[in-house]
Amino acid sequence: MSRQWKSRLFVGTMVLSLAVSFGTLGWLLVTTLIHGLPGISWRLFTAPPSTVPEEAGARPAILATVYIAVLLLAMCVPVGVATAIYLEEYARKERWYNRVLEVNIQNLAAVPAIVYGILGLAFIVRGIGVGRVLFAGALILTLVVLPTVIIASREAIRAVPDSIRQGGLALGATKWQMIWRQVLPASIPGIATGSILALSRAVGETAPLLLIGALQYVAFDPTLFGAFTALPVQIYTWVKLPDPAFQTLAAAAIIVLLVIVLGMNALAIFVRNRYRQRW
Amino acid sequence: MTEMETPSIDSSRIAEISLSSSREEIERREKVFAVENLGVAYSGNVALAGVTMNVYANTVTAFIGPSGCGKSTYIRCFNRMNDLIVGAVVSGTVRYHSSDLYGRDVDPVEVRRRVGMVFQKPNPFPKSIYDNVAFGPRVLGWKKGLDERVERSLRQAALWDEAKDRLSESALDLSGGQQQRLCIARALATEPDVILMDEPASALDPIATARIEDLMHDLKREYTIIVVTHNMQQAARVADMTAFFSVETREDGGRHGVLVEVDATTKIFTQPTDRRTEDYVTGRFG
Repeated sequence: MSRQWKSRLFVGTMVLSLAVSFGTLGWLLVTTLIHGLPGISWRLFTAPPSTVPEEAGARPAILATVYIAVLLLAMCVPVGVATAIYLEEYARKERWYNRVLEVNIQNLAAVPAIVYGILGLAFIVRGIGVGRVLFAGALILTLVVLPTVIIASREAIRAVPDSIRQGGLALGATKWQMIWRQVLPASIPGIATGSILALSRAVGETAPLLLIGALQYVAFDPTLFGAFTALPVQIYTWVKLPDPAFQTLAAAAIIVLLVIVLGMNALAIFVRNRYRQRW
Repeated sequence: MTEMETPSIDSSRIAEISLSSSREEIERREKVFAVENLGVAYSGNVALAGVTMNVYANTVTAFIGPSGCGKSTYIRCFNRMNDLIVGAVVSGTVRYHSSDLYGRDVDPVEVRRRVGMVFQKPNPFPKSIYDNVAFGPRVLGWKKGLDERVERSLRQAALWDEAKDRLSESALDLSGGQQQRLCIARALATEPDVILMDEPASALDPIATARIEDLMHDLKREYTIIVVTHNMQQAARVADMTAFFSVETREDGGRHGVLVEVDATTKIFTQPTDRRTEDYVTGRFG
């Protein structure tokens, strides 16, 4: 086979792979839209779930997902960024405990979310007795995405050139002033992008929430320390029901979740492009 | 903003000053740094050893020598930048005026305010021109008269005329030479006593280089300047004193930098006492 043909074959393989992944995604989107669009109505956002499909909505679930997302950001970003700053700017790599930390964070990012659910059930819900409430769910999802936020923040901090750090220190800035006034502002785009992407993953998580006992029927608006459901849990519940009308509702709820997630991803891309740092 | 005179540039004066300063005349000036038996090791690897010399006020002192002779390592001892490198150990003494620069009660952060530094590659912060110059004063909490201070610093660095109408624009839009002068202005804004320049013109074109050299001549009236340079003509043009460093191979096969000789620049370039200096300045080496 000639070199030219090998090259064409390679390109052909890549195009095929691309077609498979995009095709699957497209097919999923189209079927979801076909099934779900008829179910999209104002009622979905205003009514609580019901055993009668014509009266059922997902208001408590949608609200809970929004609450969880906000709580998640508020807990995850400060802890994640602080950890990343420690690891990048203060930790001395030759110390064994820092190396253990590093390896652990890498591994934690790869742990399946259901494992965090078990951990959360044992330590957060029962151990410290938070109970099966929305706040516990947010805490567990924070744990799920924290490693991702830490890793993204570290990447962003590491991308700040050392010449900027040296320049700051050489002017008589303390280490903290240098980090606060130079390194952090310069790494905000990367941190924001990583956090938003982590968040969009978290709002789609179902398993850990089911495990800690997110309720399948919640007919009232969620509160921080009350029983709750979430959008993915609501979808799961509806999909299990035999009445085809609930399948339409589930598909409609999937569209809502998709819009939320894709919207956040779009925001991440916008932030990255808008505030892209150059040196 | 206050009206100030922009320092004028007179190249004939430059040649005259450099050549006229004799060692005796320079050594009558105030001693800013007294370095004694200084050595630097990185994680046990000696990079520089046995340096003893003085740096005098209102003088440009140049460090020259081949690559690996430790001159950049050495210049970083004067503002304790080596402290930032994990595993770096500085031995010997550096006296700054009358105090021990590496003394127990000395705060490296304060040292770096008084001993400013300009790096090889211009490193403006990704902020506006104004914010770059104001960074030092702001971290020090000097809030009063910030506008005047920024203007004064930019004037001293001969950048005011080019920058005054675009203070709020990004410093990254300046040319390389302007960026380097901005870095000098930024260093001046914290009212330092000494300015260290680590090959400040090596990334610049000849015209930008000439402006930096002119600037050094103007600045030495008020500041003490130490400059590392690869360029011997540059040392000859700007420095009153020149220290020549070389690489020495130890018995264990390791190599480290040593100070070969330090003298008035004219002397170093016309009648060096050491054979190695002569080989280097006449181009037979390196």
